[in-house]
Amino acid sequence: MPPSPASAAAPPLAAQTGVKATGFGAMLQRWRVPLSVLALCLLPWVLPSQALAVNVLVFGLFAVGYNLLFGYTGLLSFGHAAFFGGGAYLTGIAIAHFGLGWFPAMLVGVLGAGVLAAIMGALSIRTRGIYFSMVTLALSQLVYYVALQASAWTGGENGLRGFTVSTINLFGFTVDFLDPVKKYYVLMVFAALALWFVSRLLNSPFGAVIEAIRENETRARACGYDVERTKLIVFILSGLICGLAGALSALHLAIVPLDTLHYQTSGLVVMMTLLGGAGSFFGPFVGALVFLLIEDVASLWTSHWQLIVGLIFIAFVLFLPKGIWGTLISRRTQG
Amino acid sequence: MTTPLLSVENIGRSFGGFVALADISASFAPRQVTAIIGPNGAGKSTFFNVLSGVLPPSTGAIRFKGKDLTGLRQHKFVHLGIARSYQITNIFPELSVHENVRVAAQAFVARYDVFSNRTRYGALDEKANAALAAVGLHAKGHRTAKALAHGEQRALEIAIALVADPELLLLDEPTAGMGPEETKDMVALIERLAAERTILLVEHKMKMILGLSDRILVLHHGRLIADGTPQSIQTDKEVRRVYLGQNDGYA
Repeated sequence: MPPSPASAAAPPLAAQTGVKATGFGAMLQRWRVPLSVLALCLLPWVLPSQALAVNVLVFGLFAVGYNLLFGYTGLLSFGHAAFFGGGAYLTGIAIAHFGLGWFPAMLVGVLGAGVLAAIMGALSIRTRGIYFSMVTLALSQLVYYVALQASAWTGGENGLRGFTVSTINLFGFTVDFLDPVKKYYVLMVFAALALWFVSRLLNSPFGAVIEAIRENETRARACGYDVERTKLIVFILSGLICGLAGALSALHLAIVPLDTLHYQTSGLVVMMTLLGGAGSFFGPFVGALVFLLIEDVASLWTSHWQLIVGLIFIAFVLFLPKGIWGTLISRRTQG
Repeated sequence: MTTPLLSVENIGRSFGGFVALADISASFAPRQVTAIIGPNGAGKSTFFNVLSGVLPPSTGAIRFKGKDLTGLRQHKFVHLGIARSYQITNIFPELSVHENVRVAAQAFVARYDVFSNRTRYGALDEKANAALAAVGLHAKGHRTAKALAHGEQRALEIAIALVADPELLLLDEPTAGMGPEETKDMVALIERLAAERTILLVEHKMKMILGLSDRILVLHHGRLIADGTPQSIQTDKEVRRVYLGQNDGYA
């Protein structure tokens, strides 16, 4: 029996993503969470150092959260340091000042970042384009100055210290949290859960809505979507994930430097996301990996490593606007 | 006399000191095709934007099936049964043709569902296919929307509006930029749609409007200067003076 025109018109995967799905692309898409987790499992063994692996994990997750807003919804925020730093500070404060365990402290950090995102989102979402970027930047600088001034709570310029977690209790087992490998895998579990959540979100009907908003906001509104409310929800979800990345960073470093909240951190996550490929699932991690690898290698032989990163970044924006992963994927699906 | 589907009462809209629309009152019966014409800058697009919720009116009220829509946010209009197309093609360019329509249909069943899989709403695929079939695009569902020809993109936009099953369809220059062949297809499509729906359209192609519409409204400088059948509009002196005269040398 020949296929009916109706079923030929709607291959299931094309309907899901809106792009042509070839065998390889479809395979990557279906297995994206297990594949990412596998890559993360191998990371400490293939990178020059385990410290670098944790950094890639933390900043990769930060970029994944950012990508949800920037890559998938099309909102260029310059204030995501507030959620990353907010998550880190609140986790640290919960341990250092309130004596909470590492896990409740993480929850405080993540939820606190979510609340912060709800406030910043509500104030910024109605502005557009460059104004949105500027409002988010200004609000995150506000958070920075609060952290700088409230030194009794945050340690001010010196950063927040004194909340080293040396052992953690996992389901009755005591894990040595000072062992970098064990620590890495504990933190990785949380990153993996976040990746699973993001993947699920992108496959959900809501994922289709945010794609539609990125593609054409006017049309999405005319289709009956409350664009402002949808953007606010994405903003909060993005803030929660970036807050988790911040919380992991705090647990890893056992210190929260004030710079975590600085606008340079906001810029960093934009660069990583663009470098890897905005709007792709693997892109942010690839971007974080490449960025940190360049930093790691180049800073060995010159203190001007940022110059090299800057040149590479400019080259990407000019010649490969889809980023590393985005370019690879589009080559593959075209060819 | 049937009760009107849509009525506007003394609506006006100004931008700063500029009056784009002033004191327009009209009501529209179900299953009629009404064309809105007028020279450039007459306020046709403003009128459409007010009717579809893009702009709230500065004065007056809009009633749809007896419900006051004045000041309602735009995304609610389609849920009440008013869908529109835009003068400049307004689709989701990077999505597949099928997904363009599917995501429009999804607005009625799942707007904030973060947890389930899209495949759970399989019925939407059929709805999308039906809307695409209605505009003759059913064989091109897998294409990327931006790769379609101009006329096909216009048809896709109508499919996006159609999948909402609107009682009132607002078409802003549906044949803009089309050649004679594509225009003919579009006219045939509008005629098919008119059997079941109320249609308001803005157009410039006079020959097409005269054949297609049951009724014509003429706007000039933001005011409604004539309202009647195509025959009465053609013979209206005021219309000839301000509108036809400019284009056809009647003055």
